[in-house]
Amino acid sequence: MSDLTSSRHGHVSPLRTRAGVSKATLYKWLSWAVPALVVVLWEAAARLGLITSQVLPAPSSVLGTAIDLARNGELFIHLGVSLLRAAAGFVIGGTIGLALGILVGFSPFAQALFDRSIQMVRAVPFLAMLPLVIVWFGVGEVAKIFLVALAVLFPIYINTMLGIRQIDPKLMELAKVIGLDWTAIVRRIILPGAMPSILTGVRYALAHAWLALVIAETLATTRGIGFLAMDAREFLQTNVILLTMIIYAIIGVIADALVRSLEARFLSWHANYAQGVRQ
Amino acid sequence: MIASLALSRESNVLELNEERAARPGLAVSVRGLQRRYGSRVVIDALDLDINKGEFVALLGESGCGKTTLLRALAGLDQPDAGQIRAPERPSVVFQEHRLLPWATLWENVALGHEATIGRAGAAHALNEVGLSGRENDWPRNLSGGQAQRVALARALVRDPALLLLDEPFAALDALTRIKMHGLVKELVARHQPGVLIVTHDVDEALTLADRILVMRAGRIAASFQPKHHTPQALRSVLLDELGVRAH
Repeated sequence: MSDLTSSRHGHVSPLRTRAGVSKATLYKWLSWAVPALVVVLWEAAARLGLITSQVLPAPSSVLGTAIDLARNGELFIHLGVSLLRAAAGFVIGGTIGLALGILVGFSPFAQALFDRSIQMVRAVPFLAMLPLVIVWFGVGEVAKIFLVALAVLFPIYINTMLGIRQIDPKLMELAKVIGLDWTAIVRRIILPGAMPSILTGVRYALAHAWLALVIAETLATTRGIGFLAMDAREFLQTNVILLTMIIYAIIGVIADALVRSLEARFLSWHANYAQGVRQ
Repeated sequence: MIASLALSRESNVLELNEERAARPGLAVSVRGLQRRYGSRVVIDALDLDINKGEFVALLGESGCGKTTLLRALAGLDQPDAGQIRAPERPSVVFQEHRLLPWATLWENVALGHEATIGRAGAAHALNEVGLSGRENDWPRNLSGGQAQRVALARALVRDPALLLLDEPFAALDALTRIKMHGLVKELVARHQPGVLIVTHDVDEALTLADRILVMRAGRIAASFQPKHHTPQALRSVLLDELGVRAH
């Protein structure tokens, strides 16, 4: 009976083309070929004068701008300032979100005390708070970090709380039978059990943090990737504007890779993130 | 036939009463235990003794209070009245393995006692249940029977004076269950804890137990010692006690 549902009979042999390249490999190449082709066509169109550089500068020109800004060090200063803001906001918002999530996830009393209020504040789109934030903190660093922290707080809070709620009560019972003390319960059962959900929260939080940073850096600034873009707009330097967009994209990809590595580290026990036997 | 067995059942109860005073090596002792849910009495003035090294099976229909009794002995349920003299930390094996999916097998076995049991102790316990070399594996790579063997290793590595088994083999297939019976018998003989197994399965009770108790309406209604009976005869008496006609 169990054989009917066993995967032994359900193996799909890898499809191969006549040349011997597997279809998966072919599709992988194709997925990279399309954007590459777009860049080539774009470059060609720019060089043939079909697109004016004011509207869309050639990729080679954007690359040249990147090299120039990197050479005089400006690019790294702006990048460093932006990353520092993001990191500070993330650490502050993430810590508060995690602490509140653990507290509310554990204790019905804490839930009664905090959850409704937090959910009310969460219902406000955080960008709508921008005017208020400026009134409170002006347009300095504090306002920017506050915005990022606010954007990070809610996804971390909600996913931490849900992760803790989803822990199997039977495992808590086992902890009682075995006689684990409170710290061991948190360390061995609560945190690892909630970790998949917490990391989902981190993933959302990174995306939100980035969005908040882009908005925050359009406020009066003299440094940061956002300043670079605003400044370029003043002087109609489309190639710099494009460069900042690409930098935001690259950092987004790196942040995602970071979360993936965290998942590989903390969730290797999970079938969905399996890496095999731990050594 | 039935009548003679019923007689010897009575004598077994008497025999038990005499033993109580005589033997000092009690794993658990229960007196006048009572547990109510609202107005419903689940356990009613129940007495029970289990000696160290003794394997006791508790049979009964669903809802007769047998799991409540086990949970009370495990310290997971607070009785309303009565006295339980049990070791502070009895080991429990549940129907589900309850392994932490995020801990390796050795971490699961040593859970809470990593420093004292250690990796070597856990490895030895895993070896005892036929899972040597799997210390670093994850629970998700185990079959149901293997996972339950790890749960058994986790229970026994603590060297408990009392081992409580709550229908531990109910979810396993018939062949795996037979293998597990052999393993449990062997391990209990080696470690010598007092054992209470709660089960629905008359044959399991006959295979494993030194003493079989039938629980009904919150009380121990009957007690048998398999060594005094032929398995077939005792089986039909037990089924009769449980309200099943099978002759």
